[in-house]
Amino acid sequence: MVKYIINRLILAVPVILGSLTLVFLIIHWLPGDPARMLAGDDHAEDRIQYLQEQLGLNRPLWVQYFTYLWDSMRGDFGHSFANQQPVMDRLLSQLPSTAELAVVSTIFAIITGITLGILSAVYRNRLVDYVIRIVSLFGVSMPKFWLGILLILIFSVHLHLLPAIGNGSFKQVILPAFALGVTGAGILARMVRNSILEVIEDPFVTTLRAKGVTERKVLYLHVLRNALLPSLTIIGVIFVGMLEGAVVTETVFARQGIGKMVVDAIGQKDIPVIQASILICAVFNIVVNLLVDISYSFVDPRVRQQSA
Amino acid sequence: MEQLLQINELSVDFQTPNGSLNAINKVSLQMGRGEVVCLVGESGSGKTITSLSIMRLIDYSKGKIVQGDITLDGNSLVGLSQKEISQLRGKKIAMIFQEPMTALDPVFTIGFQISEVILRHQKVSKLKAKEEAIQLLRRVGIPEPEMRYNQYPYELSGGMRQRAMIAIALACGPELLIADEPTTALDVTIQAQILNLLQELRKELGMSILLITHDLGIAAEMADRVVVMYAGQIVEQSKTLPLFEQPHHPYTQGLLRSIITLEQDRSARLYTIDGAIPSLTALPSGCRFHPRCPYATERCRAEEPALESIDDREVACWHASELQQNDHPLRLAAEQRERERTLELSGRRSDAVLDYDSLAEVEPLISVQGLKKHFPVKSGLLQLSKRHVRAVDGVSFDIYKGETFGLVGESGCGKSTLGRVLLQLDRATGGQVLFKGKDLLQQNVKERKNVRSEMQIVFQDPYGSINPRWTIEDIIGEPLWVHESLKGAAKREKVQEVMKLVGLNPSWYNRYPHEFSGGQRQRIGIARAIVLRPDFIVADEAVSALDVSVQSQVINLMQDLQEQLGLTYLFIAHGLTVVRHISSRIGVMYLGKLVEVAPTDELFAHPAHPYTKALLSAIPVADPTARREYAPIQGEMPSPASPPSGCRFHTRCPAATDRCRTEEPQLQSIGTGHRVACHYPL
Repeated sequence: MVKYIINRLILAVPVILGSLTLVFLIIHWLPGDPARMLAGDDHAEDRIQYLQEQLGLNRPLWVQYFTYLWDSMRGDFGHSFANQQPVMDRLLSQLPSTAELAVVSTIFAIITGITLGILSAVYRNRLVDYVIRIVSLFGVSMPKFWLGILLILIFSVHLHLLPAIGNGSFKQVILPAFALGVTGAGILARMVRNSILEVIEDPFVTTLRAKGVTERKVLYLHVLRNALLPSLTIIGVIFVGMLEGAVVTETVFARQGIGKMVVDAIGQKDIPVIQASILICAVFNIVVNLLVDISYSFVDPRVRQQSA
Repeated sequence: MEQLLQINELSVDFQTPNGSLNAINKVSLQMGRGEVVCLVGESGSGKTITSLSIMRLIDYSKGKIVQGDITLDGNSLVGLSQKEISQLRGKKIAMIFQEPMTALDPVFTIGFQISEVILRHQKVSKLKAKEEAIQLLRRVGIPEPEMRYNQYPYELSGGMRQRAMIAIALACGPELLIADEPTTALDVTIQAQILNLLQELRKELGMSILLITHDLGIAAEMADRVVVMYAGQIVEQSKTLPLFEQPHHPYTQGLLRSIITLEQDRSARLYTIDGAIPSLTALPSGCRFHPRCPYATERCRAEEPALESIDDREVACWHASELQQNDHPLRLAAEQRERERTLELSGRRSDAVLDYDSLAEVEPLISVQGLKKHFPVKSGLLQLSKRHVRAVDGVSFDIYKGETFGLVGESGCGKSTLGRVLLQLDRATGGQVLFKGKDLLQQNVKERKNVRSEMQIVFQDPYGSINPRWTIEDIIGEPLWVHESLKGAAKREKVQEVMKLVGLNPSWYNRYPHEFSGGQRQRIGIARAIVLRPDFIVADEAVSALDVSVQSQVINLMQDLQEQLGLTYLFIAHGLTVVRHISSRIGVMYLGKLVEVAPTDELFAHPAHPYTKALLSAIPVADPTARREYAPIQGEMPSPASPPSGCRFHTRCPAATDRCRTEEPQLQSIGTGHRVACHYPL
């Protein structure tokens, strides 16, 4: 197992290098000179030149690239163009808020999704099933920003139940977590329903019934354990997707966090911040996928064999 | 004999989107305590549905018992709720299934799955249940039961899984064991072991066994009584011996005549029952068998015969007793027709007789020399391979023009891989494949494409091997498009020509595969293979998935085509009787090695390798008077990733010596065309 994890971590290196390179190239290809943007209305050439020198933008591209790679590897993400703060500090200050949002909404998505999926499969082709399928279709197809606005209107403006914006208290997480988690819940509900219905047709289920195993055990012990395997991967994807979702959700709910930070940074072409955030996302993605694969081997003995 | 199970006029309907469908109709049968009853019939005859109805498992597949009663020990099972019947399942009635690969839950250990049923029905502690489970594993012949207890199904071979299934079924000492095709998915050697185990257990535990099988050889070997089903009805039931000696129903007669035996004349065509079993949606009027029956009269077409006692049995046929008289007009007329048909067909098949003495001077169509195919077992960082599975490990033989070379062996012996490597579908690891004198391994891409039009393959699975979204014109015509750039009318013309050749109606060219039966699909597969008029065809288990009567039709077709088109076949199969019938020479493979090659009659008359001999005696014979008392070969084939030293068969060979364990025997000639790799040929 340890060997397997080490293998996977080594294989992650080229992935991270690749994403670092891609981000670097894209940012530098985009139109717009950060120095000019920082200079604002002051179009004096010597001021712009001074800023370019300050930010290191006047060096050849490959020098910038390798400096950036080297610094990133040492964990030094440089200073923000916008306010000269170390990027690391900014990231660390924004991370908890986003993590809180992502974790809460993933837990919400998992609990709701799996429960609805099971109910839907158990009551297949009955009213409960139809309602759940329509609801989860809504969940999957509803744009997050629109749902966010709708939630603010209903629960904050009209009912005054929950705060609309900001962060700090748990109450303030509820609405954004719901808005962010609904897509995942919908995807998961449909997925769990389908895989339960698939597994329940497997020949081993007939064997179980022929053994006299109670229907409750057939469903909740045997079928569910088999059916949740494919959902594990989806849960990983959903959790990673929360980071992207945070970009929209944090903006709508005016929450602090990585998402909002990235949106602001892109507006200002704050290169170090953008690069650092993307790197964090890539690392996060790799770690979550690794965790998913490891958890797989706990649930499915066949995978355990291969990774041993 | 004391009655255990009684089924009275049982009818089961299935709910489908197009209304309800009657699957079995007024099935009545009795089973005594300790009796072995075999339910036989082709697929679609309702055998499995009958057995699932006894367990009331039919409720879970949208089936419904609409009429009749089932009683076990005098208690009706039909009126019970699912909760009540589930207390009997696994305790009084247990069941084992066909596919040991999929019949066990993959994510729980074998031990858990055995203990589960013990804990469900008996008030014992978990520890006691574990002890009992290990006992059971030992009893069904699983070595190292303590270790196996903690293993998962994927860690066991097919035969071991079926043993584990049997352990589960036996866990609570059932009075009735239902075994639904328990050995169909297994190799013939393992089949013999499992059947033997079932016999032993029956004697030991005194339980009744309802054995469902399509193989009359198994019925002859196991059954006290045989029940024959056709299209959802029982057509005949009788004690085993009289049934085999004097079958009354024409369908039973047809089934028995369809069996390919080891004694029959190989130059004759195989007997076939015309047509195929009808679909439940289009059942014929009157007697359901009449469209395929050689004796059918007006009455058979109009009225449905009931199951009635005649002589010592029950038969559902209007003419059952008349047909027992040798000189009855119906029988004479049918015999006359049969004679005409035989006359018309006789002489069409001459065994491609080879003069084995002068073979050295003939250039073979295909010459295989030291062929190897090793699959790397990948592991570790960067997937550097350390070990290899030696699927084919140094095989040499020749195939001559116009002959059929049969290749047999247990699953995993490398026979399919060998076929694929011959066709260059897999790249060989080493050795040579000479086709018409040219080494296929040295060819470039273009040469290889050209040679492919001369060699084709027919696959085992008639469902999986053709694209379900293409019309059969596209399927059969694709090679024409690839190799000859034919399109439109020109392509269709050629496609219809081969369709006629393989016995498909040419006007069906725009139909899709799902509109055809298994046998017809296999004809589509054959049509695709012959459309380019190749010289050489690999038939990889081409008839294994088909029912007995359909299988004979396809074999006859393949032999006709061989005569007409001058084809050469490599016929890969595990069914030895079929291989014997079709092949002029046979090669026996074991763990990637060819252990014996001989002309067919020679091989069956004088098998020289102990493995060949074991394979031959493992075939169930459809003769209830010749029952075997023991399984001819013990153990299972070792993994091809770490084959045994010396002779690879030594671990299972009854005559192995120290020399066999250390020194690998080479293929050596022991007679005309007869070669064997054994230090002590028999």
